[in-house]
Amino acid sequence: MIVYDKPHALLDVPLHYCPGCLHGVVHKLVAEVIDELGIEGKTIGIAPVGCSVMAYDYFACDMIEAAHGRAPAVATGVKRADPTKVVFTYQGDGDLASIGMAETVHAAARNENITVIFINNAIYGMTGGQMAPTSLVGQVTQTSPYGRDPKLCGYPIRVCELLSELEGPEYLERVTVNSIPHIRAAKKAIKKAFMNQIEGKGFSLIEVVSSCPTNWGMTPQNALKWIEEKMLPYYPLGVYKDRSNGEVKK
Amino acid sequence: MSTKQYLFSGFGGQGILFAGKFIAYKGLIEDKQVSWLPSYGPEMRGGTASCSVIVSDEPVGSPIVTYPDVLVAMNLPSLDRFESKVAPGGVIFLDSSLIERKVERTDVTAFYIPATKLAGENGFPTLANMIIVGKILKELGEYNDEGLKAALAKVISAKHADMMEVNRKAIDLGASL
Amino acid sequence: MADKVLMKGNEAIAEAAIKAGCRHYFGYPITPQTEVAAYMAKRMPKIGGTFLQAESEIAAINMVYGVASAGLRVMTSSSSPGISLKGEGISYLAGADLPALVVNVQRGGPGLGGIQPSQSDYFQSTRGGGHGDYHMIVLAPSSVQEMAELTVKAFELADKYRMTAMVLADGTMGQMMEPVSLDFDVTPPPEKPWATTGTEMKRKHNIVNSLSLVPEELEKLNIARFERYEQVKQNETRYEEYMMDDAEIAIAAFGIAARVSKNAVNEARKRGVKVGLIRPITLWPFPEAPFKKAAEHVKQIISVELNMGQMIEDVRLASECKVPVTLCNRVGGMIPSPEQVLDAILKASK
Repeated sequence: MIVYDKPHALLDVPLHYCPGCLHGVVHKLVAEVIDELGIEGKTIGIAPVGCSVMAYDYFACDMIEAAHGRAPAVATGVKRADPTKVVFTYQGDGDLASIGMAETVHAAARNENITVIFINNAIYGMTGGQMAPTSLVGQVTQTSPYGRDPKLCGYPIRVCELLSELEGPEYLERVTVNSIPHIRAAKKAIKKAFMNQIEGKGFSLIEVVSSCPTNWGMTPQNALKWIEEKMLPYYPLGVYKDRSNGEVKK
Repeated sequence: MSTKQYLFSGFGGQGILFAGKFIAYKGLIEDKQVSWLPSYGPEMRGGTASCSVIVSDEPVGSPIVTYPDVLVAMNLPSLDRFESKVAPGGVIFLDSSLIERKVERTDVTAFYIPATKLAGENGFPTLANMIIVGKILKELGEYNDEGLKAALAKVISAKHADMMEVNRKAIDLGASL
Repeated sequence: MADKVLMKGNEAIAEAAIKAGCRHYFGYPITPQTEVAAYMAKRMPKIGGTFLQAESEIAAINMVYGVASAGLRVMTSSSSPGISLKGEGISYLAGADLPALVVNVQRGGPGLGGIQPSQSDYFQSTRGGGHGDYHMIVLAPSSVQEMAELTVKAFELADKYRMTAMVLADGTMGQMMEPVSLDFDVTPPPEKPWATTGTEMKRKHNIVNSLSLVPEELEKLNIARFERYEQVKQNETRYEEYMMDDAEIAIAAFGIAARVSKNAVNEARKRGVKVGLIRPITLWPFPEAPFKKAAEHVKQIISVELNMGQMIEDVRLASECKVPVTLCNRVGGMIPSPEQVLDAILKASK
């Protein structure tokens, strides 16, 4: 009896992520959703620049690697080329909320019929732990060695709240994956984000509050705790916009 | 005569580019080689506008008219700027209802047309440009019914077919001067 | 000439692109190319195509990247400052070997510069413009008819060699109207088995990518790409020669500068000066052969440009410095007059 099997949409190759990194978990959730919806053959994924830059080697569907921050623009092109395809981007906080903020906001404003998976771990992982647009006040990083000082570099950006002010987007939800119940809820949200696209409803973004044990300088377990204690108070979980039932959370 | 170089100039909104386009189309219809090059940019908004039109029996080289054979000046700054550039033996058509001074050059022919005034008096105040076009066609011996009709059909879209008749009236008025 | 219509160069590009099967256009407003976007905005919705005004030139070129990945003919257009912004995306298109068309209707620079015609993006377009070792196929029209024809050619070449092609025009070419016939043959796009159109569960996944972290592999990719470029050089170099057979002086000029120069050549010939014109139509690959040949029988080459002397470097390389190459130029949105070029010819003839 098979108790567990890797999702088909995730290729059987070793991932390059650090021990304790949650990218693997989110990759798996996305792949499971693709499997369950039976859409692998018509799905095109867009990888960002950041730790998940090589996601194109991991997903079994067709994949495109985009320039830093530009995944929503590339996704727009792919979707407009053939609206019957399912298109998702997978982006980190530096990619989506810093260099690519314009692309993010405008894809949302256009209600571009794509699915965005946004990994918020409050740090630039791939380049070795610099301050991200979502790094918390006081957070020590390589480029905020004395802790993030809002007088110097402002406040962390809450992407879901920001986008929820737009008329455009269909669905915005913030989830996390630091516990089994949270992982289950995250999968449900990701599935909804893909369903919305298939049903032609438009732009859905799932923000996944995540960790970076390596650059946070923590054990994986402590990193999960840090999500709970530090990240979630500033980044509350929940649905920020759901046009299908008129819900706009304030 | 193998090549004629026109320079149309005036304020933005006087139909400078349109007049040039009409002359270019008329040339095209008569199997000539033509080019039309407008000034562009912010000066199109109420500042000075100009366009270069070349009508030739041979392929057009540079589309930029620096020394026009025919200058149309619909305001004083245009006359001031371009009078000295007109080729010797060339022709200047100017709107005498907007330009008070006379042409100073003695080696060119000047026609003074109170176009804006006439356009107003005749109920088509926006067509001073086409009155001047009519005069040009007459003086250059290029007034012919067929070419006129065909060129008007090209520059006026079918949506504004009602404009055809009034443009024709303006041209004929100019040609009668 | 009944089949000919008067069109602006910018409009001719847009209509020719549609004729070439391009159904996806992404752009951002900038003078003096805006008519391309305006034309597309009108036409695309009526033929089931996509016109999208992007939030920036950067977004526009990346939307192009997306459609190109999906294997369809796609284009964007801009003017000089906007092309700089697209530089990143153009480099990625090159790195991922994607075919696309980028139109640059040049204006004076650097910086915000002006909006009048210029050829000062010659280096940017022929040397790459973005980061990395790569080339675009660069086509330089010098009439509205060529604006249309070279647009179609650009799509065909882009598909044939999996490269980005650029139509490098200038404000004059974009804004002027000339008779144009749009009655030409179009080679339909080839099969694109590499495109990311979904696996349909029938094949291994396709990946469109420019990342290659193993230097040995990246080196191989670069070398293979340049072998392809060598094919382009051999097969696709284009130029026009005018009165070069007995010429003792040669003019090198492209685009609007070539139009102006032709007037000067005709005038000089009337005065008995044996002068001819070599007009590169592809700026990359640069037509080296006619200059090499000319260097055997002319005593001087004059490069006429709307910049501080950019193409002149290629002319010198192509003529192997066998004869002096001088510059006759205007910049900042100014255009050399036929008289200025004639003066340079007469000076050279003495």
